[in-house]
Amino acid sequence: MALTLFRGIQTRPLLPYSYAFSARKHVIFCSMQSTQAETSMKTKQQAPSNFTETARAKAVEKVLKDYEAIIGIETHVQLSTTTKAFCSCAYNYGSQPNSCICPVCMGLPGALPVLNSKVIKCAVMLGLALNCKLSMSSKFDRKQYFYPDLPKGYQISQFDIPIATDGFIDIDLPLEFGGGHRRFGITRVHMEEDAGKLLHTGSGSYSQVDLNRAGVPLLEIVSEPDMRTGIEAAEYAAELQRVVRYLGVSNGNMQEGSLRCDVNVSIRPIGQVEFGTKVEIKNLNSFSAMSRAIDFEIARQAELYNQGKDDEVVQETRLWEEGSQKTVTMRKKEGLADYRYFPEPDLPEVILTEEYVNDIRDSLPELPEMKRRRYEEMGLTMQDVLFLANDVNVAEFFDATIAKVSDIKLAANWIMGDIAAYMKNEKLTINEIKLSPQELSELIGSIKSGTISGKIGKEILLELMKKGGTVKGLIEEKDLVQIVDPAEIEKIIDKVIANNPKQLEQYRGGKTKLQGFFAGQVMKESKGKANPGILNKILLEKLNAKS
Amino acid sequence: NYRPPFDATAVKKLKESGAIIVGKTNLDEFGMGSTTEGSAYQVTANPWNLECVPGGSSGGSAAAVSARQCVVSLGSDTGGSVRQPASFCGVVGLKPTYGRVSRYGLVAYASSLDVIGCFGSSVADAGLLLQAICGHDKLDATSSKREVNDFTSQFISKDYFESQPLKGLRVGVISETLGDGVDQEVISSIRGAISHLEELGCTVSLPSFSLGLPAYYVLASSESSSNLSRYDGVRYGNQIASDELSSLYGGSRANGFGPEVKRRILMGTYALSAGYYDAYYKRAQQVRTVVKKSFKAALDSHDILISPAAPSAAYKIGEKKNDPLAMYAGDIMTVNVNLAGLPALVLPCGFVKDGTTSLPVGFQMIGAAFDEEKLLRVGHIFEQTLQGHSFIPPLIADEFKS
Repeated sequence: MALTLFRGIQTRPLLPYSYAFSARKHVIFCSMQSTQAETSMKTKQQAPSNFTETARAKAVEKVLKDYEAIIGIETHVQLSTTTKAFCSCAYNYGSQPNSCICPVCMGLPGALPVLNSKVIKCAVMLGLALNCKLSMSSKFDRKQYFYPDLPKGYQISQFDIPIATDGFIDIDLPLEFGGGHRRFGITRVHMEEDAGKLLHTGSGSYSQVDLNRAGVPLLEIVSEPDMRTGIEAAEYAAELQRVVRYLGVSNGNMQEGSLRCDVNVSIRPIGQVEFGTKVEIKNLNSFSAMSRAIDFEIARQAELYNQGKDDEVVQETRLWEEGSQKTVTMRKKEGLADYRYFPEPDLPEVILTEEYVNDIRDSLPELPEMKRRRYEEMGLTMQDVLFLANDVNVAEFFDATIAKVSDIKLAANWIMGDIAAYMKNEKLTINEIKLSPQELSELIGSIKSGTISGKIGKEILLELMKKGGTVKGLIEEKDLVQIVDPAEIEKIIDKVIANNPKQLEQYRGGKTKLQGFFAGQVMKESKGKANPGILNKILLEKLNAKS
Repeated sequence: NYRPPFDATAVKKLKESGAIIVGKTNLDEFGMGSTTEGSAYQVTANPWNLECVPGGSSGGSAAAVSARQCVVSLGSDTGGSVRQPASFCGVVGLKPTYGRVSRYGLVAYASSLDVIGCFGSSVADAGLLLQAICGHDKLDATSSKREVNDFTSQFISKDYFESQPLKGLRVGVISETLGDGVDQEVISSIRGAISHLEELGCTVSLPSFSLGLPAYYVLASSESSSNLSRYDGVRYGNQIASDELSSLYGGSRANGFGPEVKRRILMGTYALSAGYYDAYYKRAQQVRTVVKKSFKAALDSHDILISPAAPSAAYKIGEKKNDPLAMYAGDIMTVNVNLAGLPALVLPCGFVKDGTTSLPVGFQMIGAAFDEEKLLRVGHIFEQTLQGHSFIPPLIADEFKS
């Protein structure tokens, strides 16, 4: 349940993912839906046994008994620098076509590129975060091909000496897929520029070129072909998204195109050493689409191999069609394209100093993997860990809250339960709700110290999230301090008992359930402030006393 | 019909220093050629003999100064395109060190070889022009941050020269440039120049010289094939409409480029393609390193190096048009300087007789990187003390009779 929730409260809600979730396990989703509004913090752990529910999941499971899937991912991350990679144009997603351009990114005759130094910083940050070796001296190369969205007829990229190589990323698989830890290799990270966009008209008689995006800096991350299932691939991508958001180098939105993944899938019989034919899949707009596309492709390839149609599995690029939920041929790869790479003569070498790299390393924030391990060590369950570390803002909120309060489990529960539910309903991020971490820790402290009851605490929480304010202020204003003085409570109990002789008689006659009635009356009389524990203790004594 | 929406930095600087831009001159298309016969417009004639070429690719700029249509002009020098026309037209041509002048706004031909150069009818004029346009530019990542000295203060009147103003100057003559394949009369003009120089250095041999030409053409073609990819008719230029993308590109480019440009793009694409990159481009870069090193060694023991600017004087229009290799061979004196990125100054030193007319001959002085100051000083003194020659084309000589 937590997982569905947290997917929904990321800064840009991964709506497609949650819908996909519902498509796969609609039974679970529906039941979760109804409990979302509840503020119960009951058990959330379960590895749903209906994982194999859908036909596709079943098919893939069967296939993976005989075949091993080899999956690699190429990811392009658009950097959120102020200006483009090689010129001083600002880039704003969604701007009017051709409004963020200049001679340089348009490729006008005579224009020259000048590197934006922030791009190097982002590359080094990401390289370090992905545990890579950095090339202290790297260069840019021209990757040459003709296409209308590529104004210069070449893309400035890095070919044989990328800025970072040989790294790895650690991920935790979601609990509903069995959980577990994985490490996937990162082959390389390099810097390059984005191309423009083509807009095709409905009639198809012409297309238009929008160069706003041309020249925007990208980091390309190539993974080792270490993933074995669609779930692993999706989680790899989700972790990359987390990392770039944690680092602040990109907003990592698949919908906006600031995080793009192309997947390579091949299968081979278990035990075979040679790789099977590799197929590339493009047009994946969400993590769940990635996972489903991979599953489809695994099943498709297996079917062909099983039917002896080996030669029908060709090296090609296929597109994922969200509507029909399948991959279709886009174009056959006629061998490898010849990009005629040569070193970019207009740009000098990129030289990194030890000092520069160390400064960046020292200023890196705590990365998701570190956070998860730290939370685990604090004693939180995996469920809690995955939820809290998923969004850097939520993690910061949590860290700020527990800085002052020792009951981390309570803090975690509040955040994952009531607060998350509120955020989902109101469609707010954790930074947008009016509750501050300081007040949350104050609230927790007040409940623990007995100043207010848990029930009152919940009410205050809602008020704090909606309108802000302080715990102390609200307690005073609404006169919510818990009554813990037994004498006072006794007074109220006596009053209530006196006013309800009939029920007293019934209780003493055997209807012990009426204790609840009396308790309710006392609560009402005390405006909810009576401490329930003390209340019930004294009440029970009084009720059971011989008249 | 493309009109650029921005000024080149060099032009911007000129405007800022009060220059009056008189107009734009003719050239071989995209800087590729040695005669202006590759122009998309017309062929420029040499003011000394209207049947002869002015040189190229910046032939129009050289001819304009030679015919005194303007005082100074800018050209571009990738393999000699300022120096060779300067020699053919009897004017001063100055090629600065690579990185001395910003390339922002210079239509790129070969990015690692291109420089913007200066034409003038005197060394002082060319030097003044250089002073105005050089300096670091943040819009050109290859422009040098090195400080720019004042070149112009040394252009003093010859009345103030010391008695032996070039005493102590170590001069090296590139011996291969006075041998096979060079016009006899060109050689004697150069020898005349050499003896005019007050102090003689010993002769210098640069064994790597001959490899420079093929290396240059591989590198320049390769880089140009890439730099000219942007001319596709999609955003500017003449678009040949088509239903299919590859025909749109193919048609627009076939229509838009002249034969010499196409030739070089094809050569360059070939040299960069898979399987050939190592044998051609990479190899050429290695030759380039050797050329650089030999120049550096020679310039450690000499102040300047001397050679002709071209193996002949201006030839007839049409003479080499259909023999591109013969035309390329004429670049032999100049390309090594571009490969090494060094500064060079060409100034007229003599004539060859061509029937009844005389055609000017220029000699080239090559200096160490960023040492334009020395080149200009030596050139100025040489020019001011040269007796017996006046380099005004007969065509306009009447206007100079005072």
